Amino acid sequence: MPKNTTILDFRGKAADPATVVCERHGNRPDALLEILHDLQHQVGHVPETSLPVIAKALNLSRAEVYGVASFYHDFHLKPVGKHVIKICRAEACQAMGARELQAMAEKFLKVRLGETTADRRITLEATYCLGLCASSPAIMVDERPLARIDAKAFKAVVAGLR
Amino acid sequence: MTVKIYVPRDSAALAVGADDVATAIAREAKARKISVQIIRNSSRGMAWLETFVEVETPNGRVGYGPVAANDVAGLFAAGFHEGKKHKLGHGPVEALPYLKNQERLTFARAGITDPLSISDYLSHGGFEGLRKALAMAGSAIVAEVTESGLRGRGGAGFPTGIKWKTVHDTHADQKYVCCNADEGDSGTFADRMVMEGDPFMLIEGMAIAGIAAGATKGLVYIRSEYPYAIATMNDAIAIASREGWLGQNIQGTDKSFNLEVRRGAGAYICGEETAMLDSLEGKRGMVRAKPPIPALEGLFGKPTIINNVLSFAAVPFILAKGAAAYQTFGMGRSRGTLPFQLAGNIKQGGLVEKAFGVTLRTLINEFGGGTFTGKKVRAVQVGGPLGSYVPADQLDMPMDYETFAANGAMVGHGGLVVFDTSVDMAAQARFAMEFCAIESCGKCTPCRIGSTRGAETIDKIVAGENRESNLVLLEDLCQTMTDGSLCAMGGLTPMPVMSAVKYFPEDFGMKKQKSKAAE
Repeated sequence: MPKNTTILDFRGKAADPATVVCERHGNRPDALLEILHDLQHQVGHVPETSLPVIAKALNLSRAEVYGVASFYHDFHLKPVGKHVIKICRAEACQAMGARELQAMAEKFLKVRLGETTADRRITLEATYCLGLCASSPAIMVDERPLARIDAKAFKAVVAGLR
Repeated sequence: MTVKIYVPRDSAALAVGADDVATAIAREAKARKISVQIIRNSSRGMAWLETFVEVETPNGRVGYGPVAANDVAGLFAAGFHEGKKHKLGHGPVEALPYLKNQERLTFARAGITDPLSISDYLSHGGFEGLRKALAMAGSAIVAEVTESGLRGRGGAGFPTGIKWKTVHDTHADQKYVCCNADEGDSGTFADRMVMEGDPFMLIEGMAIAGIAAGATKGLVYIRSEYPYAIATMNDAIAIASREGWLGQNIQGTDKSFNLEVRRGAGAYICGEETAMLDSLEGKRGMVRAKPPIPALEGLFGKPTIINNVLSFAAVPFILAKGAAAYQTFGMGRSRGTLPFQLAGNIKQGGLVEKAFGVTLRTLINEFGGGTFTGKKVRAVQVGGPLGSYVPADQLDMPMDYETFAANGAMVGHGGLVVFDTSVDMAAQARFAMEFCAIESCGKCTPCRIGSTRGAETIDKIVAGENRESNLVLLEDLCQTMTDGSLCAMGGLTPMPVMSAVKYFPEDFGMKKQKSKAAE
């Protein structure tokens, strides 16, 4: 697994994790995306209660921070499942049965894209290209891309997450 | 004697279990008391053979693939560690027609080296270009790049040298070099392969750009969908800085260039250069109106060189071997090579670097081996989700910017997505509109609203509701999007839509007009 985000140590630190994350990035407004990524990695999502904290630290308005957090598909403003499975819906995967894979996954997990399973283990989402277009269809499980996924392989992945 | 075994660390290999294969090889070798050294190399770009394992023999490297972890014991039993025959064996790697028939300049090291070994990079011609650039005046570097005829590989095909000259000639206290590595186009993965497989080449290209234009800071904007590319680039930047190829006083000269990686966050629009700049500034990825062009007012309002990964990656070769050497490849005004990416429903998908002028047919049939399903090719989408659907009877078109433009298509980033006869082209046209609606930044009306209305109109056409008049409406809407959108997102979405209508009218419930389709 690539380590793109450092797990932070909050012991004895401020109450809101956002404060620590912002400090780590020097409270720089241009680092807002990195801050949101790190916060989400830490908490599991970007809590709305953290948005004013970030705004204050970076000297931005709440609207600006909310605007950024809500613009990018990666950031979840509400809690999601323990794991996130993203199914590629882009053309190269469509050519290899991504539509069918999506329908199968939705039926199997009993959720639609964007929803979380009843046991809160898995959130199913769409993504648009993982750069595995010569080994389609592809999915991403948390930060792990997987290629040549058929129904059997998908079910095996889910079994591994439960 | 220790046997050298290569197991790729490219995403396309890791996504089909390359780590498990490497572990199995180590375990099996230990059990059999065979001394092996496992090298995690870059990928050769033959995706259908991943995990493609190579063994070094006295007669060169011998390849096996696709290898799964449970094939490993059988491979050892057959003596693959001595290059012996096995049903997964492909013989000497360099002799494979797929590789032999390419013209690999940018991907010369693909599959050969360890991406994070700087000594590998140096022993394979690495940093020769930068070494030369360090001894040159900025204007001379710009002249060399201009002379090579290199055009932006991101899709628009703008002459790289002219862009660099603008930044070079502009005076400012700070200039920037930004690499657009937000490779969001479906069917493209060459940028990813460079970053994961030959990161020092990108670093070298960007450093040359910085020295040429007098920019001391560089940023690589990498999409979050590429976690391995982000990790590899971060590692490579740390290594290059430690070895004095980045940072203050590069190789003891008075030239300095610092490089940082920035993560995207899943927004396709950030592949548009001005939206990328806003994103790099920590804002919503909103498209900026041009002018001012980024070369004059870019990142934080400063003069900025923005190029695609492949454009920067082409530069070290141009500096090392000279503009003339690069010029000799290509046709017309499209000079050099383009790494084409064979994707979608294709038997032998992967990366094929060829000089401009190669035809789609050669790429799909000779390299690709036809479709994966074995059915006939019906359509090929060239140049990403904003590119035209080219019908099967037009596959003899040579790949060059001008020929494609003259035929209402675009080469783009060189991605080819192949569809077989099972494809529903009305569904593809609808998806193009839907994708535009999902990914539009929302700044301009034709893109923000036109895309949603477009999807609805296609639904009506397919349902047979006032088909003729809705087709006129769709065409009119597409014209408005083409003429009135701020950037290529809204401006080019009509390309896949209208090409689908034009060449595959039967999928929209209309009669196929044979004479028209053959035009």
